[in-house]
Amino acid sequence: MTKKIMLLSAMLLLIPISSAVAADSMDSGDTAWMIVATALVMMMTPAGLALFYSGMSRYKNLLNTFAMTFVSYCLGSVIWVAWGYTLAFGPDHGGIVGGLGHLFLNGIDVSSVSGSIPTYVFVLFQLTFAGITVALVLGSIVDRMKFSSWIVFATLWITFIYCPIAHWVWGGGWMGKMGALDFAGGNVVHINAGVAGLVLALVLGKRKGYGRDAMFPSSVTLTALGAALLWFGWFGFNAGSQLAADGVAGSAFLVTNTSAAMAALAWMFAEWFVTKRPTVLGIASGAVAGLVGITPAAGFVNLPASLIIGLVAGVLGYFSVSTLKLKMGYDDSLDAFGVHGLCGIWGAIATGLFACPAISGASGLFYGNPKQVVIQLVSIVATIGYTAVGTLIIVYITKFVTGGLRVEVEQEVEGLDSALHGERAFEIG
Amino acid sequence: MKKIEAIIKPFKLDDVKQALSDIGLQGMTITEVKGYGRQKGHKEIYRGAEYLVDFIPKIKIEIVVAKERLDEVLETIKKSASTGKIGDGKIFVMSLEEVVRVRTGETGVEAI
Repeated sequence: MTKKIMLLSAMLLLIPISSAVAADSMDSGDTAWMIVATALVMMMTPAGLALFYSGMSRYKNLLNTFAMTFVSYCLGSVIWVAWGYTLAFGPDHGGIVGGLGHLFLNGIDVSSVSGSIPTYVFVLFQLTFAGITVALVLGSIVDRMKFSSWIVFATLWITFIYCPIAHWVWGGGWMGKMGALDFAGGNVVHINAGVAGLVLALVLGKRKGYGRDAMFPSSVTLTALGAALLWFGWFGFNAGSQLAADGVAGSAFLVTNTSAAMAALAWMFAEWFVTKRPTVLGIASGAVAGLVGITPAAGFVNLPASLIIGLVAGVLGYFSVSTLKLKMGYDDSLDAFGVHGLCGIWGAIATGLFACPAISGASGLFYGNPKQVVIQLVSIVATIGYTAVGTLIIVYITKFVTGGLRVEVEQEVEGLDSALHGERAFEIG
Repeated sequence: MKKIEAIIKPFKLDDVKQALSDIGLQGMTITEVKGYGRQKGHKEIYRGAEYLVDFIPKIKIEIVVAKERLDEVLETIKKSASTGKIGDGKIFVMSLEEVVRVRTGETGVEAI
């Protein structure tokens, strides 16, 4: 995807001048697939992730979690067409950020083409990525953040963290030029969101009663349904990231499904072995961990590699949420860092190990290119560094703007559905 | 008159109700309750976080009987609610001062 995007961005600059020429390269098959893929990825946020997360939050905060996820997608949608797209995919400035040439999609019209698809479709496809990435962050902080603070935070975060990193990797920025492989968003989406979530969780502090009170998921059923919808949508996410309906897209589709299934089984067996119970929450979480792990690698690795990537992602995810989190003592409520951050890092490294030239031409360590691992590590460290520092700054700006980040203790105890939204998730009995 | 409060395992409710009905007892009040005794709670694990669930769901049956029938009723509940395992519950008996039937105004044993 990286190379392709660089080409696309270069072409974007030419579009207003040569729309007649560009129109010739539009492919109806690719376009049809990308419209569907975009719709699939859209579903991942206000449906898949919203259910996945709100089922894991406590009953009194179920709707608040849903609302934060839903509104993240809405904010992402508006910000992206206003200024997000151009910051990520506008004309490159020093490899760091895109220029403002496409503010409000200025200069793009119905005949504009990106690669072989209409630029409008490309814009929307990328929009769905921005929407889900910021929504992933909130998994770390449910049950305790003010809704107003979340809205301010999400707006700033998409603008100043997501857009530049998307530009680095896919918009013609330095990371892509360096040769970092990130097919569908290991760095841009998962490491980015996971680390931002951890930073936000550390600043916000633990939930009241964390480690002492039992905090039951409101509905493991909703979470499992959410995971299934995420899995379904992820086919658009990964196979769509090829931006074409071709063999690589098919391969990405195959390895995505395999890794998810493998990780779900790995998590389940790890848990079964350690605590004697194969939980549904574990199976659902494992599938997501496997999807995260394969994301950066989807268009570069072959089937055997996807089995290993999934296996490791499942065990790593389980270890990070059941052991590492307790040892470190942070309250990452729904494990955005544990699942997305750590499995994202594993996926980015695995891409450097397993990239197979027969798929997309890129080679990893096991195909005689050890340098790729170094490049992947540099991209991981740079992403972590930028998002950690940038998120911290944004958190404090948000705190200043909204007069504190955290709900009142009384509201936290009462539950945010009632205290903030005046609603309840279910009327039972 | 005596009031009986029996805490039993929820799945035993049908057996107890049938047994009491068989000896001619009319009427009971039940409540879904939670509690624990020697059975203690059970453990639930979510993503590695272990929570001890102290309170176990039980059914509380309330029955009022004439003093003369007390032993028979207690025996019936004891038999029908028993599984022989820990957590079968307890039966409390207390004296009752008065009963009034709202519709007719009858009082005492007549109103039971």
